[in-house]
Amino acid sequence: MTARRRRPHLDVDHLIDDPRTHIVVCCGSGGVGKTTTAAALGLRAAERGRQVVVLTIDPARRLAQSMGLNELDNVPRKVTGVDVGAGGGLDAMMLDMKRTFDEVVEAHTTPDRARQILANPFYQALSSSFAGTQEYMAMEKLGQLRRRDQWDLVVVDTPPSRSALDFLDAPERLGSFLDGRLIRLLGGPARTGGKAYRKVFQAGFNVVTGALTKVLGGELLRDVQTFVNALDTMFGGFRERAEQTYALLQRPETSFLVVAVPEQDALREASYFVDRLSEEAMPLAGLVLNRLHVGDAGGISEEQAVAGAERLEALDGHELTASLLRLHADRLAAAAHDRRTAERFSAAHPDVPVAPVQALPTDVHDLEGLREIGRLLAG
Amino acid sequence: MGDWEGVRLHVVTGKGGTGKTTVASALAIALATGGRKVLLVEVEERQGLAQLFDVAPLEYAEHRIVPAAGGGEVYGLAIDAREAMYEYLGMFYRLGRAGRALDRVGFVDFATTIAPGLRDVLLTGKTYEAVRRRKDNGEYVYDAVVLDAPPTGRVTRFLDVNTAVSSLARVGPIHRQASAITSLVHSPRTVVHVVTVLEEMPVQETVDAIAELRAAKIPVGAVVINQTRTPFLSADDLAVARSGQLNRSAIAESLRAAALPDTDAFVDQLRQEASGHAKRIDLENDARASLEGLGRPVYELPHLTGAIDPTALYEFAELLNGQGAS
Repeated sequence: MTARRRRPHLDVDHLIDDPRTHIVVCCGSGGVGKTTTAAALGLRAAERGRQVVVLTIDPARRLAQSMGLNELDNVPRKVTGVDVGAGGGLDAMMLDMKRTFDEVVEAHTTPDRARQILANPFYQALSSSFAGTQEYMAMEKLGQLRRRDQWDLVVVDTPPSRSALDFLDAPERLGSFLDGRLIRLLGGPARTGGKAYRKVFQAGFNVVTGALTKVLGGELLRDVQTFVNALDTMFGGFRERAEQTYALLQRPETSFLVVAVPEQDALREASYFVDRLSEEAMPLAGLVLNRLHVGDAGGISEEQAVAGAERLEALDGHELTASLLRLHADRLAAAAHDRRTAERFSAAHPDVPVAPVQALPTDVHDLEGLREIGRLLAG
Repeated sequence: MGDWEGVRLHVVTGKGGTGKTTVASALAIALATGGRKVLLVEVEERQGLAQLFDVAPLEYAEHRIVPAAGGGEVYGLAIDAREAMYEYLGMFYRLGRAGRALDRVGFVDFATTIAPGLRDVLLTGKTYEAVRRRKDNGEYVYDAVVLDAPPTGRVTRFLDVNTAVSSLARVGPIHRQASAITSLVHSPRTVVHVVTVLEEMPVQETVDAIAELRAAKIPVGAVVINQTRTPFLSADDLAVARSGQLNRSAIAESLRAAALPDTDAFVDQLRQEASGHAKRIDLENDARASLEGLGRPVYELPHLTGAIDPTALYEFAELLNGQGAS
């Protein structure tokens, strides 16, 4: 490839070798290879001497198996087959969001109260099916892994959200809900403060609970109220934890890698994400551009290849080379498309370093495949 | 008559990046062909349809977006959970002042973003209403509804709203709404089509999603293989290329005949590309075989260079119809 002006190169090895890097967050839209990137990066860092744990959210089965993960049990497991010659090591885990939520509850209240909460139908639904719970618990688990002294680098893959930004917003959303006005209201008038306040509030409260009963039904409302009352001791805790993790993500020890493929939709999401990270003063390391088709330097142009193929197709006995030239022209066209798409991104974000990762003919299913991706990532 | 006689709700899912919005749109045009009226619905709040059809952002209102051959019409609707919630409160409960009070304390936020399953009930509930809506003369307003649904990993939970809310709302209005949706989704009036490309992970997700849908007793429709390519090389040449035995001097001779450089480096480059291509084709054939083994109709759509525009959608619609979609 010819050197391109203006696009700074993302030095992945520098990032993972830097002892001050303790957290790498891989984010981006669905289907761009976030999990693979996280796993490849974790393996490379481990083989270069870091003590690494990779937290994956919802890995494809084969990829999970390539790291020896066969079950979702919320516990980091040693990955075997890693070259530990440089003094590093690799653990990997899959997030179990319900179990993580249960642990948060257990850690913050008495065993009695915890039992009540865990048995509450509203809690059970909230902890296992609310889409934002996954984001919240991923961040919670990230904080936990970081606080343990066992690893000096945590690589995390973000949940397959509706949009790449969800994982930044959902913890805050859940946190504000759990600490917010509505849940206090749902908890019943006894929870809403002093007598005078209660008096002023009572009328509004009745209107709201009346409407809620109508919409949700009395039974669900009672479940929510029991849940809220049992949660008593934990008020404040949820939002505080969400805020702590948010602050952790803003520290210089964290690096965000935005992952994309050279397609319009994925790069549009990547652009949103880059803008958002800079608005929130989150430390962005750069863009990983996966599945890039590369044309070789010094060859012929796409037009020459097509013209050559046409010439040969008019003759006899050159079918093989004619089709090889068609294939070559197609590769050059794909490379040109990817280059244009990538350049459009770089024109809009000239300061964002990019690590191009060449497309491989096959998917990754073992450590060797991850190693290969790691080498390509490092450039 | 196509493969989906009697089906009123076509749900389209697929792994992210496989082109499910493109396929949903092409399917809507295909189903509208011959003078039918079809509603195309999106629920992911990303305005994918507006971008694809190159029209102004869709609102929470049904507008005609494109015509189809033979006088057909495709209408578009972007369902927004918040708007659906207001509509729901207004329609079912006639909540004026109390509705606004609910909004002030954050209930609408709660219902649309946090309450487990409620968001999905709202989104599918609006779709359900459109599927069943009738004109004064008793005929359905739409001959079919196409739903551009969440990706494979979430689609079963999204459609199976009753399971999601049943532990929560065992009686009451939400339960009733969820049950109505559930009976439509589990009936022969609904099918879920799964879009994939011929790569390992999307194919694996397709296989998993179909198993999940079957376990949830939700009818599975077609498997749509998107972005297929015809091999550049003949089967014989592919076999030779696979083993890396393509004849160097023959290629060099042909290159000279084409007045192109015949350097060893270039010849080897071409051979290498051919061997990569052969491996790719092998993988694609394996993938195709496992998709065909699922026992569902398989439709294929070709890879197009460049962005998908409305013209390409009509081309895809015709291809889908030619393969039995309607």
